[in-house]
Amino acid sequence: MNIPVVLITGGLTGIGRAAAVAFAKKGAKVVVAGRRDEVGKELVKELRSFGSEAEFIHADVRKEDDVRSMVDKTVARFGRLDVAVNNAATEGQVGPITDQTAETFAATFETNVLGVVLSMKHEVRVMQPQGSGSIINISSTYGHRGAAYASIYVGAKHAVEGITKSVALELAKTGIRVNAVAPGPTDTGMLTRFAGTAESKAALQKQVPLDRLGLSEEIADGIVFIGSDGAKWITGEILNVDGGMTAN
Amino acid sequence: MAKLANKTALVTGASRGIGRATALALAAAGARVIIHYGRNADEAKTVVDQIRATGGRADAVAADLAAPDGAHVLAAQVRNLIGNRLDIFVSNAGISKAAPVESITVKDFDDLFAVNVRAPYFLLQQLLPILGEGGSVVFVSSLGARAAVGTLSAYAATKGAIDTLVKYFAAALGPNAVAPGVIDTDMSNFTKTEEGRATVQGMQALKRIGQPGDVASVIAFLASDDARWITGDTIHVDGGSKL
Repeated sequence: MNIPVVLITGGLTGIGRAAAVAFAKKGAKVVVAGRRDEVGKELVKELRSFGSEAEFIHADVRKEDDVRSMVDKTVARFGRLDVAVNNAATEGQVGPITDQTAETFAATFETNVLGVVLSMKHEVRVMQPQGSGSIINISSTYGHRGAAYASIYVGAKHAVEGITKSVALELAKTGIRVNAVAPGPTDTGMLTRFAGTAESKAALQKQVPLDRLGLSEEIADGIVFIGSDGAKWITGEILNVDGGMTAN
Repeated sequence: MAKLANKTALVTGASRGIGRATALALAAAGARVIIHYGRNADEAKTVVDQIRATGGRADAVAADLAAPDGAHVLAAQVRNLIGNRLDIFVSNAGISKAAPVESITVKDFDDLFAVNVRAPYFLLQQLLPILGEGGSVVFVSSLGARAAVGTLSAYAATKGAIDTLVKYFAAALGPNAVAPGVIDTDMSNFTKTEEGRATVQGMQALKRIGQPGDVASVIAFLASDDARWITGDTIHVDGGSKL
């Protein structure tokens, strides 16, 4: 198989960064997109040290012009787009429903839902003429479970799973597969912000049957697989990489 | 890249279909594979020969998993053959019966549950002492466990039981399941007629008939260290059926 071209949004930290490293170590051509140029340039140096051709593209997934340009620049640089990991997300404002406002709702849904929709729209635009492609949206255990005080985040991730299945159906005849990976609590900066306190982080861990937090690298291995030919008969699937949390 | 080098695997029902493809995939990734079969000694030998011909290691063992002590007999044979360490257990052997509820007999029902639920349950129990730390267990479930498909009610109920067991064992044993949709094997009636194939196309997103290798590659992934944080999950390998 030709060397795949992989685009990762929110690719500078946490799970997105680990996915970039995992794909780069497998020799893929990797584009990481994000908002912090200095961090992006440093990451590209690291990815190239694995022998991968890598680029950073500045993009804010809430802005369609950014997303269109992100995809076009990827294709201009590498000629095609084989795997897209729509990972950019925010934990938003965690708290009781009575504290939520139109603004807190919009802030979370713009990145976590609109960002995924716009990303898919433009990724599909270039994948359709290729007749192939694999899109992986990053959901969460909270894409199919509830959580007190996280209603907006949970609602946004539920939306991601429904949209994933719908677009999978829509694109099935085109040769493009669309799946989601749903991590459980993973040891990242976002989890620390989401949990707020050490006690609340420990409580999240207790919900994981394997009784520890997941590692970004472990989620990345699931992402790499579902993007690969080994998963060519899987579409519309939500792959739980969560230490058993969904089963619990 | 021998991902499963130095690993030993047992695949039940490995003389044909998904089991055969799985045995070949695990062997290709470097594992030593025990090929369990029920009656098809010649076909099992062919799989063993095929693996050995490419430099792999494989042995065949026979056991009747419909018998009450079938799982115990097989586990004892496996332990005799490989000693005290099994890394990968793929519970694939299964039987199917397509018939409306009016014509399912008690014997049909009992046979289905004996082979598809009782045998995997007790095989897992009997293999526990030799399933090493970091061992992988993969059950084969079915699309039928998640949504009604044809007249497979009793068969589908056995697969629902498998999905439940996978959840219960998540913390202690780290098992997963794959749930294939319609796959082109001897077991599937759907792939043998024009009408059946049309039904499949109607419920699937992807428009071809799934092949055993499509499922085997997912089982090989679940058996590898790359899937170490996936447990208690049932992966649907069905071309996007009944989404």
